Amino acid sequence: MSGPSIARILLVVAVLATVPLLTTSNAVLNFLVVTLMIALVAQGWNVLGGYGGQYSFGHAAFFGTGAFVTAVLQARYGVNAWAAFVAGMAGSALIGALIGAITFRSGLRGSYFALVTLAFAEVLRILASVAPITGAGVGTLVALDLRPQSFQFQTRAPFYWIVLALLAVSFLVVRMIEGSRFGAWLVAVRENEDAAKALGINPFRVKLAAMTISAAIAGAGGGFYVQYFLFIDSGIAYGPWISIEALLAPIVGGIGTVFGPLLGALAVKALGEGTKLLAGDAPGLDLVIYGCVLILIVAFAPNGIAGLLLKARQRLVLPKDLQPGRSDG
Amino acid sequence: MLSPVILLPAVLNGLLTGAVYALVALGLTLIYGVLHIVNFAHGALLSAALFAAFFAYRLLGLDPYLAIFLLTPLFFVLGYLLQRFVIGPAAHGEDRNILLVTLGLAVIIENALLYAFRADTRTVDLPYGFTVLDFGIAFLAVPRVIGFCVALVVALALWMILNLTDTGKAMRAVAKEKLGAELSGIDVGHIYAVTFGLGTACLAIAACLLLPTYYVNPQVGNGFVLVAFTIVVLGGMGSVAGSLIGGLLIGVVESLSGLFLGESLGQIGIFVIFIMVLLFRPSGLFGERA
Repeated sequence: MSGPSIARILLVVAVLATVPLLTTSNAVLNFLVVTLMIALVAQGWNVLGGYGGQYSFGHAAFFGTGAFVTAVLQARYGVNAWAAFVAGMAGSALIGALIGAITFRSGLRGSYFALVTLAFAEVLRILASVAPITGAGVGTLVALDLRPQSFQFQTRAPFYWIVLALLAVSFLVVRMIEGSRFGAWLVAVRENEDAAKALGINPFRVKLAAMTISAAIAGAGGGFYVQYFLFIDSGIAYGPWISIEALLAPIVGGIGTVFGPLLGALAVKALGEGTKLLAGDAPGLDLVIYGCVLILIVAFAPNGIAGLLLKARQRLVLPKDLQPGRSDG
Repeated sequence: MLSPVILLPAVLNGLLTGAVYALVALGLTLIYGVLHIVNFAHGALLSAALFAAFFAYRLLGLDPYLAIFLLTPLFFVLGYLLQRFVIGPAAHGEDRNILLVTLGLAVIIENALLYAFRADTRTVDLPYGFTVLDFGIAFLAVPRVIGFCVALVVALALWMILNLTDTGKAMRAVAKEKLGAELSGIDVGHIYAVTFGLGTACLAIAACLLLPTYYVNPQVGNGFVLVAFTIVVLGGMGSVAGSLIGGLLIGVVESLSGLFLGESLGQIGIFVIFIMVLLFRPSGLFGERA
């Protein structure tokens, strides 16, 4: 495991933290806040999918649970926003553990695991669209109260720093997992579950732990969404859009790496904005270009941006005859 | 509530809907069974097929049932080309890349439709669109009965292609053991593309059957795909008979849970079955093994 050092992670975070000092443009900050929020959810996906090899198509289940618990506790029970946020993460972790326990207990892997997570997210979406507690079809509004103690701010900069801090914590958590015995078990399960079992690892417990951590991180993204937009409904919370964003960013950025989700989220979101500029007002055209570029990225950079960077660095550092061939592995 | 006067028509209507679901699922199960990929572009391709059938009627005056003979070969070729020149080369044979490429294709198709035709929902007015027949026990819409029959015929035809032709034999060989098939001289790339083409052709037929009673918009296909995934898993991934029976079953379940739980909760029955099957019998009703 040769991930980035703690010092380098802190350096990256420190550099990112200066952005609100350099610009006061609401458009730029809004873009970055949403991008970092996606990166956070994607980091959650990365723990389970990147390190554990379990591709979830339904991380909306965790994002949405975090969001709804945060919103409903405030709107209906008057709970403090910060406490509600923490409860949202806990609720999300609980749902993650529950779904994990059910699916891993029955030995679902690969496409089957992907499909069952998708189905759980859909069940939650349908339930949330009719249950009175979530506001059914109308959704839940959080009352406007622009004070730091209720996790609401006058400007975007504090939101930016908070989501950056959450992301920084997720970087450190993932880095710790990388260097730990648990991380080694997780990678062993990803590479060959039967071999891992033969070595005395309990794949069920390892995957369950990874799913719980993964869900808690994604839930934090959901809770943050609620505080930033002050509204949530079943389509946003449990809709397929967030499940797709969560897996797109790490795969584009570099799966199973600390910075992959952030790189991927920045690239995907910048691509989205760029195509929007290019296509102007025509509805749909921006996403057509987006889809084309996505396919081109997959075709020419199958190991993500992190893979490209690694290859470039090896080309610079290693003499020509020591360079590894193309790893299509 | 439980009187047969209400239950029986609900079951029959469920069967009629289920047959078209089965057709969409047949395409998906074929692609999954042979290529072992989850095709995310399936829903977008169904939307595209519905638009094609719509414009075949509007511009060429072609009746949807006649359009089957034009659109099925067209979509076979489209599917063949997509797999041969886009999905295959771009994915480098890795699962996660195939996932991304089909996702990218779905985004492209759906939004190209949105760009070209806007988000408006369209319908066609056919003279027989609202004709019903009295079957003694229930009144059934004629277009849906026709859809049911054609779907059964298509399933039979697919089964025959798979079991009685050389191409079908090659497809089954590739599905079972890709390397072995390649070593015995089968052109795997070609077989993959044929399979994808057949799966896409199923969508063209489904679209023509749906058009008389359904509506068209750029997102319309997505609603079918999750249901189709359920059917594929229920029937056993890669099984033609499983898809057909799974489709009929899901149609009935949806119809009945809609009747008892109300319209908005109607689909929940489907997903509960889906999760139950995945947990307790992931190989499905007719699958060989997980």
